[in-house]
Amino acid sequence: MVEMASGEAMATWLPIIWIGLLGAAVALYVVLDGFDLGIGILFPFSPEEQDRDVMMNSVAPFWDGNETWLILGGGGLFVAFPMAYGIIMSGFYLPVIIMLLALVFRGVAFEYRWVSKPHHRWWDIAFAGGSITAAFMQGIILGGLLHGLPVKDGHFSGGMLDWLQPFPIFVGLATVAGYALLGTTWLIMRTEGEVAAEAREQAPKLLLAVLAAMTIVSLWTPLSEPRIWDRWFTLPNLFYLAPIPILTALAAFTVWRGLANHHDNAPFFGTVALFLLGFAGLAISTLPYVVPPTITIWDAAAAPSSQLFMLIGTVALLPVILGYTAFVYWTFRGKVKPGEGYH
Amino acid sequence: MDLDAVLLARIQFAFTVSFHIIFPSFTIGLAAFIATLLVRWRITGEERFQRLAKFWTKIFAVSFAMGVVSGIVLSYQFGTNWAGFSKVTGNVLGPLIGYEVLTAFFLEASFLGIMLFGWNRVSPNLHVLSAVLVAIGTSLSAFWILAANSWMHTPAGHEIRDGIAYPLDWFAIIFNPSFPYRFAHMFTAAYLTTSIVVLAVGARYLVQKRFEEEARTMVRMGLGMVAILAPLQLVIGDMHGLNTKEYQPAKLAAMEAHWNSNEPADFILFALPNKEQNGNDYEIKVPIPGLASFVITHDFSGTFKGLNDFKPEDRPPVAPVFFAFRVMVGLGMLMILMGAVGAYLWVRGTLFESNSYFKLVQHTWPMGFIAILAGWWVTETGRQPWLATGILRTYDAVSPAITFNAVLTTLILFVIVYTIVFSMGVYYINRLIDKGPSGAAKDPPRGQPTRPLSAAEDAAREAIIGAN
Repeated sequence: MVEMASGEAMATWLPIIWIGLLGAAVALYVVLDGFDLGIGILFPFSPEEQDRDVMMNSVAPFWDGNETWLILGGGGLFVAFPMAYGIIMSGFYLPVIIMLLALVFRGVAFEYRWVSKPHHRWWDIAFAGGSITAAFMQGIILGGLLHGLPVKDGHFSGGMLDWLQPFPIFVGLATVAGYALLGTTWLIMRTEGEVAAEAREQAPKLLLAVLAAMTIVSLWTPLSEPRIWDRWFTLPNLFYLAPIPILTALAAFTVWRGLANHHDNAPFFGTVALFLLGFAGLAISTLPYVVPPTITIWDAAAAPSSQLFMLIGTVALLPVILGYTAFVYWTFRGKVKPGEGYH
Repeated sequence: MDLDAVLLARIQFAFTVSFHIIFPSFTIGLAAFIATLLVRWRITGEERFQRLAKFWTKIFAVSFAMGVVSGIVLSYQFGTNWAGFSKVTGNVLGPLIGYEVLTAFFLEASFLGIMLFGWNRVSPNLHVLSAVLVAIGTSLSAFWILAANSWMHTPAGHEIRDGIAYPLDWFAIIFNPSFPYRFAHMFTAAYLTTSIVVLAVGARYLVQKRFEEEARTMVRMGLGMVAILAPLQLVIGDMHGLNTKEYQPAKLAAMEAHWNSNEPADFILFALPNKEQNGNDYEIKVPIPGLASFVITHDFSGTFKGLNDFKPEDRPPVAPVFFAFRVMVGLGMLMILMGAVGAYLWVRGTLFESNSYFKLVQHTWPMGFIAILAGWWVTETGRQPWLATGILRTYDAVSPAITFNAVLTTLILFVIVYTIVFSMGVYYINRLIDKGPSGAAKDPPRGQPTRPLSAAEDAAREAIIGAN
């Protein structure tokens, strides 16, 4: 009897732990790859080769590690919620594959751009185009997921172009702006001279765009989805959840003041906070559904023994990974100088 | 999904996974080679090892980038095209892939940053350690993904409830019956492939009379590995074949185009398998009766299962498996020959006296890649019609909602993008090899003025390129 009870407890708690871990992985991905995708999004606005060299070098040692969080996000979904993984990947078939192909282009551009010099123009375009497309598609997937997916017998049952709706497209554009904001604040923190000065000019405009987008999403989702309305605007939830918008306003203020007072680090960390709060808001709107509006984390969960086996490894290895990731960031701390790199 | 869409989805996966495997095959060995060079540099203090390490690191970076981006695609394709596969095998295979990400991907991706950009940021020993960690990461990645792949060939340690696989014993799942052989075979193949590339590049420089000091080091290291690994691979491959005979007899029958299990099999060099007639047309055999039986059962009069023992719907396609196997084995024999001749010249002390050996060897760099691709086509096509043997058929594994047009569109996109990326990658790697290692001894320029005049910009570019 004890064993059975603990089995039931595992089936209840493991999916909760896993959605928390998965959420953390996706949040880390969005912030980390967000700033290096942002560099690509900003590329078209810095036509000088020397500036682009510095911009790219400011993220070159990190991008690969950053993108590994995307594999962990996809892999983690496959591990912990295989049914949701299958539904989401088939539901967003084209956006996912276009995103992956865009990441192919921008990923190889990190190397090809240098080895093709001085004929690197096409790889500049690939880097910028790939980054913008990947960010846009990630936003589309996020927006489409908030909107919900039709499911039958554990499989996606909608059409291939269901995601082609105003709301996902809006979230896609917002994501591009958001990553660009992360990119500018990263450049303010990590570079000096012309590149940093340019970023300081771009950042306030992007901040306004991002705040506008966040406001619109915050109104659009509860008004179009009653379950999201109920989650936020009924008592006592309204009081419990009030800190989220308040903290978001504070984070936005931090970025704004950091930019106005020429702080190097505050705008970036403020933007990170802004992202994490936005992410928390979306999680609150969606949970316990992993595929809204029908599939909960318990419906989609892998076998408890699979989740447990993976959890043991994750708990043991994640601190190590975070440790050496921090070490890599520490190693490459400080301002990037022009001409630095191994090429 | 209709049948045509299934076929397209299979072509798409075959294309993306074949494209991907080229790069890990190279970078697993190359990471170890670079780490070895750096360790030798630290021990001996000889600069040529560092110059070579810097040179190969650039090639590694380009190859690794292609491997990473094409690998990310795969981790999502399980879901986009093969949702049935995720659903049925996710409980078992998900954690194996999860462990690959946690133990290998983060390790190699993070320390690659230090390996590439850390020359002036960390101490030399820490830098060498980073290269070693990258090499360990690539090997761990091979360990987990081959465990997952082997489980699909020879599942163990699970039970099936309502058509879905549930794990019972993780040790049995990871160390499933074909895993030790597959891992040894692929790991050796990766080292062999890289060794051949290193040897071929060394040979190319010797023929061109450039970078001769570095070239001799490359030739010695590459040739030493080929001379040992190529024969060893034959032994491992033979053991893997015996394992296949036991667990996947239909695949083995297809590899040998062997139909009739009642009589000993001759070794067929060439044939056109004919599935309507249940036999082969235009057979050309080695004139030693029962040679195939000897290879497979180690007895000239031994018998093993033939294709006729399996219902037509349970047989793999014969011709692709048969031919791909011959390509792999043929290339393997050539590698053994190449290693043996080189070793003979080396022992005689005449290796570097004449260029005729190197003139031939410089062109052999693709051999390992082709053999690896052929080997994978043998084993993956040979597993058909199963995706996970006895558990899930390929036709039942696709995503039900995906349409013909969607798969066709993305297939075309993959082909276009990969062709561009691959051909440019090969072109750039070839250019890096052409440029050679000598300049790598110089440090990259540092502390350029932030805002150069346009004339200075060209100078800066020259300096950066010159450093290559």
